[in-house]
Amino acid sequence: MLFAPLLASAGAAEAGPAALASLLFVFLLATFIGLGVVTRVSRLLHTPLMSLTNAISAIAVVASIVITGQDHPPLINLLGAIALAASMTNIVSGFLITDRMLKMFKRPGEEKRS
Amino acid sequence: MTFWIIEIAYLVASALFVMSLYWMNDPKTARRGVGAGVAAMALAIVGTLFNPGIVNWGYIAGAVGAGVLIGVPLSWVPLTAVPQRTAVSHAFGGLAAGLVGAAKFYLWRGEPESFTAFRTFALVAEVILGFLTFTGSLMAAGKLQEVKWIPQRPVTYPFQNAVNVGLLGLAVACGLALVYRPLELAYLFPVIVVLALTFGILLIIPIGGADMPTVISLLNSYAGLSAVAMGFVLDNKLLVIAGALDGSSGLILSIIMCRAMNRSFTNVLFGAFGQVQAKTGAAETRTAKKETPEGAAQVLEMASQVVIVPGYGMAVAQAQQRVRELYDELTKRKIEVKFAIHPVAGRMPGHMNVLLAEADIPYDKLIEMDDINPEMAQTDVVLVIGANDVVNPAARHDKTSPIFGMPIIDADKARMCLAIKRSMNPGFAGIENELYFADHTYMLFGDAKAVVGDLVKQLQGGSGLH
Repeated sequence: MLFAPLLASAGAAEAGPAALASLLFVFLLATFIGLGVVTRVSRLLHTPLMSLTNAISAIAVVASIVITGQDHPPLINLLGAIALAASMTNIVSGFLITDRMLKMFKRPGEEKRS
Repeated sequence: MTFWIIEIAYLVASALFVMSLYWMNDPKTARRGVGAGVAAMALAIVGTLFNPGIVNWGYIAGAVGAGVLIGVPLSWVPLTAVPQRTAVSHAFGGLAAGLVGAAKFYLWRGEPESFTAFRTFALVAEVILGFLTFTGSLMAAGKLQEVKWIPQRPVTYPFQNAVNVGLLGLAVACGLALVYRPLELAYLFPVIVVLALTFGILLIIPIGGADMPTVISLLNSYAGLSAVAMGFVLDNKLLVIAGALDGSSGLILSIIMCRAMNRSFTNVLFGAFGQVQAKTGAAETRTAKKETPEGAAQVLEMASQVVIVPGYGMAVAQAQQRVRELYDELTKRKIEVKFAIHPVAGRMPGHMNVLLAEADIPYDKLIEMDDINPEMAQTDVVLVIGANDVVNPAARHDKTSPIFGMPIIDADKARMCLAIKRSMNPGFAGIENELYFADHTYMLFGDAKAVVGDLVKQLQGGSGLH
């Protein structure tokens, strides 16, 4: 039914060939979108871009949460917890520093800091 | 119900991640991009917490707390240290991917039907990419931070590339064996981890400081790809999408960096660029002409257009605020001041822009190389602050030079060039710079911050006399 378990608890059963194929399509399209969007990013902002994508790729957080949170042997939970802490670090520091850098880009005419 | 809560949260998060990058195309909307990213991440996390199997709330809270405690101070680093911070977060990203992969591998041993060939393949890819990104990025961060026991100059040894490729090949071979016999050959898994960790270190050892922008971008791409592989392992579209966005962003930045140095990926990774060149042929003793701050200030005052070429030396000397004061003094005199930004100036893509923006230079004065070069012939004075290889005219004509073919800022085409430099030592690429010996080039020796400060003092003092 719809209630297919989502992430880790799932066995191989629901990740059949069809699911994998659709993931490949998703990967392909997301890569094209990524290439298209990133080529248009202003060169001025390449450093903030990298810290932003850094934070975005910390999406591994969702997998880490599941592994940490589910009822597994403690060692597995520990691996998950380390991964979760590392991902959380990237999310927090990535977004904060990106915003900090972007605040510094002053439009012409407003260059004086108040 | 839970299924749809999670799926819809992930769907909206995917859209917001794309918008987040889209809004980065203009400094005016860029902060909205951060907002979208934060919202997307929050949705993804909250959605995941709805997962029915979650019981260890304490562990989760503890790990999240630890992440916040490390992450917040990590966002306060000075902007000159942003390349290191970025490398460290690539390392964390790689570590997370590797650990999640390891956890899944050992969980799957209890449910052998999970080891379908494709998923095991994805798992191996995730683990190799994750762990090599981890150690590789830590090494890169160490080099950038100039940690004592990590050599700055490239380290080479015989058969280096053969060893590296061999190690990676061995890891991949073990991985493929694991795809066929995941249970019987499970002991190969730790071997793969160790090989990937070692490969990451060896990959970065032969890479010099000048190549760091490319390497950081490449590691960015690897971190994204490891998230994609994780998405395949877990059958999770959000991971695949976010990872693909990160991976393609890193790829584009690497390509831009490589083009800006006229080099290929293979050359960056295996070239050991940046060893000090042995002086070849009859090293003619050329002398550079020296100028005093007084003289340089007078020259600047007479100009109508000044182009400043900043380089990593400016960041090292923390001279940005002084540069800003110089900018103020010159614009006060109705002199047009522009900054010429080479794509690989600094230690990561866009590094100079961030440093100058921090010093309150308006961003319309930060001009890309291709746009400023046509103006060089009409420029009265070029002031080179701590840049070296990116203004070396040898790149245009000297076929024997290691940087031959690299696009440069045409500082030598301006009517006069002033170059601030600590000493006549070659730059990071280890190459002598012809610009310093040109007829119309005058050197200002000293620490960039002190020299620019002197120039400012001269201009401030001089303005009262006229």
